[in-house]
Amino acid sequence: MQWNSVSEFFAMGGYAFYVWGSFGATALVMLIETLLIRRQRQEVLASLRNELLSEGASS
Amino acid sequence: MNTRVIHWFKFSSPQNFYVLAGRMQPWFAALAIVLMAVGLWISFFVAPTDAQQGEGYRIIFVHVPASQMSMFIYLVMAAWAGFGLAFNTRLSGMMASALAPTGALFAFLSLVTGSLWGKPMWGAWWVWDARLTSELILLFLYLGFLALQSSIDDPRRADKACAVLALVGVVNVPIIYFSVKWWNTLHQGASVSLTRSPTMASTMLAGMLIMVIAFWMYTIAVTLARVRNIILDRERHTEWVKHAVE
Repeated sequence: MQWNSVSEFFAMGGYAFYVWGSFGATALVMLIETLLIRRQRQEVLASLRNELLSEGASS
Repeated sequence: MNTRVIHWFKFSSPQNFYVLAGRMQPWFAALAIVLMAVGLWISFFVAPTDAQQGEGYRIIFVHVPASQMSMFIYLVMAAWAGFGLAFNTRLSGMMASALAPTGALFAFLSLVTGSLWGKPMWGAWWVWDARLTSELILLFLYLGFLALQSSIDDPRRADKACAVLALVGVVNVPIIYFSVKWWNTLHQGASVSLTRSPTMASTMLAGMLIMVIAFWMYTIAVTLARVRNIILDRERHTEWVKHAVE
């Protein structure tokens, strides 16, 4: 363990912006991608259900 | 007698692959989360401070996995695309299009984390170095693939056009990989100069390796989830999709 305090951990030896920026950007991109895929799934399912409903109504 | 051979081909049909992907996806997602937690713990609490770069070197734990994935995903995407061209299978094009957005995001992350590393160490956010430039071209190849895909309405024709683009672009991957050897670049070589005692070096390496595997698992989980969406969308007029939705 190389950290003596919490503030030292967040300071990252003066590289806080670069280190946390890199890890933050990666986490953010992964989070957004996951959410986008989930939304895409809901949209596809909704449009398929709509199609099925309109088919059922016309026949 | 030949049942095992036939078994494999079963999954080249979108319908069967949809079910298989749905079963596998949660496992890869769970592995990704666990490995990332372990990898992050090593990155920040086990791996020692670097002798030359201090704490700034810790960017390596996201920069290297993101860069590697951006290249590997391109190779896998091109392989699927080539397979689709050769055998005219529908699933191949769907896999290639499911991989492209994730590959583009990793190429983007590679450049972002790279410039966040370059600024404190080299004094510049960006230099027109061979490694950086060829990685930027990789991002453009992904974006070109995605743009071409969305510009052609018929998905099967889009698959074929994109497959050609993906295969031509493959030449860029070895250029990225060997750029640090072929040219005199500012970017450091493939083997990261690990510090001080060998035991410390091994924890850095272990952390990086675990993060690489975690990124692999993430990529597989995300790609399987996305390919399921693509399968549902493209097979929307088949009976099995109608039953699956109900």
